[in-house]
Amino acid sequence: MRLLTHNMLSCNIKGVTNGFPLAIEATTVETKEVDMNPDFLRHIFPKLEWKAFRDASHSLGVDDLPEQVDPDMLLDEEFLRRFHHALLEVHLEEGVLICPETGRRFPVSKGIPNMLLNEDEV
Amino acid sequence: MKLKQLEASISQLIQFQNPKIELEQYSTGAHIASRMLYMANSSYNDIGGKVVVDLGCGCGTLGVAASLLSADHVIGIDIDAEALDVARVNSEEFEGTIDFIQGNVADCKLKGWKVDTVVMNPPFGTRKKGADMMFLSSACQVLKLFPVGQQSSLSKIKLLYEKDSKIGRSFVSSCNSVHISIMLLRLYQTLSTHREGKFATIVWQLLGLTFYYDAMQTCVQYLSTEIICTYC
Repeated sequence: MRLLTHNMLSCNIKGVTNGFPLAIEATTVETKEVDMNPDFLRHIFPKLEWKAFRDASHSLGVDDLPEQVDPDMLLDEEFLRRFHHALLEVHLEEGVLICPETGRRFPVSKGIPNMLLNEDEV
Repeated sequence: MKLKQLEASISQLIQFQNPKIELEQYSTGAHIASRMLYMANSSYNDIGGKVVVDLGCGCGTLGVAASLLSADHVIGIDIDAEALDVARVNSEEFEGTIDFIQGNVADCKLKGWKVDTVVMNPPFGTRKKGADMMFLSSACQVLKLFPVGQQSSLSKIKLLYEKDSKIGRSFVSSCNSVHISIMLLRLYQTLSTHREGKFATIVWQLLGLTFYYDAMQTCVQYLSTEIICTYC
């Protein structure tokens, strides 16, 4: 699972109002190179929850993203490269996602988070 | 990528070994999957460079096709761990970068306005009543076609198309900021025994919302009747 997907996932247990962002406990992290598409990065940038993305990247051992960002930075090749790497090349393979409100743990195995809820959680 | 290449690649994917009838796990044929995605990409520019979600992805056929057509981010969601294992192998085979999530499509709510396109070969609700509408509702949720906080239901989907309703208006205004399209691919159990027949495509454009209904010629009549009844 890549961090763009993490940026969309939340805990959907019934009654939970602040199920985003899910905290990450990473056991295995992998990097797989993909071609960079600057147009896509500009397309997705305004839609990202930056703080959640940056915190998640920390959990996966990526520490070179700035705390504050503005759209002008998308013209900077170096920033785009880092942004691309953290967003699309770093994969959480094994670990756990944790609901910030309830502490419910969602296991991630072979890169696939199990978000299935129990009957009493729906 | 050319259509023939796409179809040839898709036809190599592993399909369900032991399909689960209760989940209506019909494989999506290479012929129909490649044409549906190819059209979505070349005619509507909905795949390349986009965030694509495959709801009820099964073995990942549509997701892999989207990936081959240069979607920048593909997410496949399915309830069945066995299907996802196959999908992962299929994705790796083509060096695709698809993120799979094991989850129930009914309660999958993705945060924000990040998804551009939903592709799916949904169940028809033959085993579980309402499963087809549940998938359509979830597609609308994922694409944020509902005002935030609104529950999805068939009646609300209908409301979206009544131009004078409040929801209709807020829907139209929300369309301005996102490119929205829904693709639905319906195959029928009976058709799986047919040889691949003449291919037919129906595109519905309502209030900027594009429905792709791709189907074998034999079910076109049924589909068009049903779509008109359900959505207009």
